[in-house]
Amino acid sequence: MNLLIQLSYFAAAVLFIVGLKRMSSPVTARGGIVWAGAGMVVATLITFFWPGMQNYVWMTLALLIGGGLAWYTGKKVAMTDMPQMIAIYNGMGGGAAAAIAAVELLRGEFHAASFQVLAVIGGLIGSVAFSGSMVAFAKLQGLMKRSLLFPKQQLLNLLVFGGALVFALVLMGADHPGGFTILLFFVLALVFGVLMTLPIGGADMPVVISLYNALTGLAVAFEGFVLGNAAMIIAGTVVGSAGTLLTQLMAKAMNRSLSNVLFSGFGSVAGSSDEADPEGSMKEVDAADAAVMMAYADKVIIVPGYGMAVAQAQHKVWEFAQLLESRDVSVKFAIHPVAGRMPGHMNVLLAEAGVPYDKIYDLDEINNEFAQADVALVIGANDVVNPVARSNPDSPIYGMPILDVDRAKNVIVVKRGKGKGFSGVENALFFLDNTRMLYGDGQEVAGQLIAEVKQL
Amino acid sequence: MIEGFTALYIFMLAGFTGYEIISRVPVILHTPLMSGSNFVHGIVLVGAMVALGHAVTGAEKFVGFLGVMLAAGNAVGGYVVTERMLEMFKSSKGARK
Repeated sequence: MNLLIQLSYFAAAVLFIVGLKRMSSPVTARGGIVWAGAGMVVATLITFFWPGMQNYVWMTLALLIGGGLAWYTGKKVAMTDMPQMIAIYNGMGGGAAAAIAAVELLRGEFHAASFQVLAVIGGLIGSVAFSGSMVAFAKLQGLMKRSLLFPKQQLLNLLVFGGALVFALVLMGADHPGGFTILLFFVLALVFGVLMTLPIGGADMPVVISLYNALTGLAVAFEGFVLGNAAMIIAGTVVGSAGTLLTQLMAKAMNRSLSNVLFSGFGSVAGSSDEADPEGSMKEVDAADAAVMMAYADKVIIVPGYGMAVAQAQHKVWEFAQLLESRDVSVKFAIHPVAGRMPGHMNVLLAEAGVPYDKIYDLDEINNEFAQADVALVIGANDVVNPVARSNPDSPIYGMPILDVDRAKNVIVVKRGKGKGFSGVENALFFLDNTRMLYGDGQEVAGQLIAEVKQL
Repeated sequence: MIEGFTALYIFMLAGFTGYEIISRVPVILHTPLMSGSNFVHGIVLVGAMVALGHAVTGAEKFVGFLGVMLAAGNAVGGYVVTERMLEMFKSSKGARK
């Protein structure tokens, strides 16, 4: 039996790596999750036969409750809310790693001192990932509106973290540590996770969720060492390193360093009043004129942003794009790395509407093409097309890579109102001579554009 | 039991594997891939089951129960969400009838 268990874990580890590898290419991505899923099923089923196991009733019950709830919520959630669901499922994994650490510490029988040290570290990381992810979820879900900043915050964080570390050191050295010490350690670690995430603004949340994802992976790997479980070690470590790289890529795409994200409250200091208002005025255009401009263009590049997703306009926009294509207009979609709530989030939303992925272009691929485009249609995007990021070193978004829509011959900006973007910075694009503003809800405007083009 | 340097070697190799897998990934797959890796660390479920299976005292059982529940949520939720996202990736060849 033991051999069979080890073989199954080995197979699971292989399946996870193959699955992840397949998920990293759009052609094979759909199969990838199935491979990884098969690995999970094999590993879970064989674990029921682990020698000397008890509490099967409770185990099955916990599996059904946790799995059932997650199945239901995962099926039900809207595509726009995906990021916070990833956060919550990830937090649960961190919590589970912490729970393993707690059980092992309560039992207090470690095969070697190094395992006790790893159990404690894994517990600490897992707890932080758990409570931090829950705060991230609450923020993205809108349950918690603002980033919370208060005086002496850094000091308090440092104190709590220091306290958790002291308890961690005590637990690492203790022979059969007491229940109360263990409890206090986990409470402090959980509180630290909350405190660490509270001051971080909504725009930085994707980076933070990705970081917690990597941390959970690491915690799982550490608990894997403690339990002598190779599947956990390999899967956890792979996720830990892949997640770290992914976090760096995301932070880079947003032009934020990781320490910047973690140790400063963005949005609360940025966008202060001393920046000069851009010159010129905003010029409006109505849907009929905009439709004519695009219907007789040779090349249109559509730049969707989170505003389009909120308005649920992606289906109409794709319908409009197909209509233009039937008139021999070349239509491309340009996606900024951080469009939507997470890198790649906008691609998922467009895919949901049926836009084939080979019509969707990255920033690097398409930025040179704007100069040849007759019309750049910006729908619900703001900061990611703000030329200030190129020109004004004083702006809080200076240096962020942007889509150069201002180089297109004409720019049409579909926007609900005259407000500022997520970062609170005024957008100079709206005041340019070649820019026309088309006010209205994204979905309604797209509908009007479709109707107008059909009448031509 | 996996001990000492063997453990360290596994850790090192798995670390490089993860890095290699991600290093050439297009931006459009960042969110699905994050979700996918989130699912993969749902393997913590196996550990949580072992921990609960060997729990003796009430406190151990309670924490173990919580662990299995949370881990099951991670694994199942991670799978469902990732699959839903990836289901939508089609090439234009496939989409056009």
